[in-house]
Amino acid sequence: MRRAELLMAAVLAAFSIYLMWKSAELPVGWIPGEGPGGGAFPFWLAVGMLVCTILIIIRWFRRADEPARSTDAYMDEHALVLFALVAGSLAVTIGIIEVAGVYVAIPLFLIFYLRVMGKHHWALIGSIAVATPVILFFFFEIALKITLPKGITETWFYPLYAMFL
Amino acid sequence: MEILSFLLDGFALAFEPLNLGLVILGVILGLFIGAMPGLGSVNGVAILLPMTYLVPPTSAVIFLGAIYYGAMYGGAISSIMLGIPGASTAVATTFDGRPMALKGKGDLALVAAATASFVGGSISVVLFTLFAPPLADVALAFSAPEDFALMLLAFATFIGLGGDDIPKTFFSIFIGLVLSTVGLDIISGEPRLIFMGLPGFMHGINFLVLAIGIYGIGEMLWTIETTKGTMEITHANITFRRIGKAILSLKSGIKTMVMSSFLGYFVGILPAAGATPGALMAYGIAKGTSKDPESFGKGNVKGVLAPEAANNAASTGSMLPMLTLGIPGSPTTAILLGGMVIWGLDPGPMLFVEHKEFVWGLIASLYAANFFALVINLSFIPMFLWVLRMPFTILAPIIFVLCIIGGYAPTQDMHDVWLMLVFGVVGYLMRKLDYPMAPAVLAIVLGPLAETSMRQSLLMSSGSFEIFFFRPISGTIMVIAIFLLILPLLHSFNRMMRHRASRWPL
Repeated sequence: MRRAELLMAAVLAAFSIYLMWKSAELPVGWIPGEGPGGGAFPFWLAVGMLVCTILIIIRWFRRADEPARSTDAYMDEHALVLFALVAGSLAVTIGIIEVAGVYVAIPLFLIFYLRVMGKHHWALIGSIAVATPVILFFFFEIALKITLPKGITETWFYPLYAMFL
Repeated sequence: MEILSFLLDGFALAFEPLNLGLVILGVILGLFIGAMPGLGSVNGVAILLPMTYLVPPTSAVIFLGAIYYGAMYGGAISSIMLGIPGASTAVATTFDGRPMALKGKGDLALVAAATASFVGGSISVVLFTLFAPPLADVALAFSAPEDFALMLLAFATFIGLGGDDIPKTFFSIFIGLVLSTVGLDIISGEPRLIFMGLPGFMHGINFLVLAIGIYGIGEMLWTIETTKGTMEITHANITFRRIGKAILSLKSGIKTMVMSSFLGYFVGILPAAGATPGALMAYGIAKGTSKDPESFGKGNVKGVLAPEAANNAASTGSMLPMLTLGIPGSPTTAILLGGMVIWGLDPGPMLFVEHKEFVWGLIASLYAANFFALVINLSFIPMFLWVLRMPFTILAPIIFVLCIIGGYAPTQDMHDVWLMLVFGVVGYLMRKLDYPMAPAVLAIVLGPLAETSMRQSLLMSSGSFEIFFFRPISGTIMVIAIFLLILPLLHSFNRMMRHRASRWPL
């Protein structure tokens, strides 16, 4: 926990500096008679972020707050495996959406999660993996008229569009 | 009397079949969401907001308001039966609710929670009806400097009253505000903070992307880690006769409920304070004023009545500044406010002039939601207990799917879905180190308003900061805000002095 606290503060400090540099692309100073320039608001907020992270680092050295004292693991092995599985599978799912669309990615994600994480029966997995995309299609594409990303599978949907839209 | 006729018009709107249907559906969904461990009103509203594009804006807000209400009732169910708060607002309910359930009085605790929620809800809705119009009248005189002062006050309350780590709270506010400035500069129109030149940043970061990331993805990651899938549910014996008996036995708690309702309502009005501290304070006061404080924490029914009355009252209270001033009183109302802006219902005093039917329809629907929440809660308690037995590994992937689609729907840009995942993961990692996340969500909603009002004020005064201090209303608010901002400093100074005094006695 202690190491994680310092690492997080350092990463956030670096991010604040990056934000300051990035905001400075617009005028950050005072434009006479008009007030602050376009970059001033984010610039000074990023300065504020940097000051906060410095305070957090100072307190870390003085062991002044809870995570800086704690000797517990930031994530034990079990938590780390769970986190990697969940966050990783989400990232892969969003990646597949980019290529093959939601109607491929979401059933795959549901099958993976329900089987690997939940160890449920195939009958249950099958019904959820089929029902979810069908409900999504009717709710979003037909009722809300929001076209969900389909990637290369777009052409498969032409007959459905013709039928319902 | 004018109020009464407006309210009657409001009821006419709230009882239109579509709206009434949505109130009932919202209450049921809210009860389920609230009852699930880890999910509360804020998660429900954030994840379901993109689904409400189906209905007209007025109905959408009514629906979300009903979810908010239902979730406040539902939070108590898992607090009592599982000993895990269904939402942070129901933390104080576990203190006595859980011991009651373990003693076999789970049914009494559940009925007490529902009744207290109803009392809290009813008192606060009446207070809301009486306070909202005059406050909106006063606020009509506000212009940019007052608006900015109010925003500052909202952030200052997080610092002064939030109770979280101070530098981390400040950090959370700052990062939320910075994220809100991404996109086109509101005054000059120049592109700003376009990270890595990605075109997806040109349209700015929609507040929902951050809200769903943190309250959807981040919250689920958190719940998966903390529960590890094992939960022990207590048995409760529930029949209608027992429910009736239980309600009658609550007579002695009327005073507690009424007092907690008033307290909760006024705490709820304070920006940023919201239902969680309201409930904790009500619990503390009920215990402090009790003749028998020893019995608290061991299953005293008043320990359930106080926080439940207060958290419902606070949720209504937090709607007051949101609707009349455009300053949300809780993370949930911050998301509601963001939604209303999308729908063209700009919150603030003008709402009471330009969208009168909407405001009164919403208020009337709160009365209706309160009533239905009580009835549905009491009659379907066994069903909610069944939901608690549903394995989390079924619920979690479905919520993740809703998050992905919800992140995509508002802007229809895959860029935002990636960003939502990043926010969710980073938010979860930061939360593990006690960085509070609610201030960031409030900040990204208020950011554009804060920046516009500040720069407009400075244009009005040709660049002088005096404008914030030399106008009577904004000056007063600024002074209170600055006091709240330095309050923690005063505290630590005080502690330091006492520490010294104890080391070197005079």
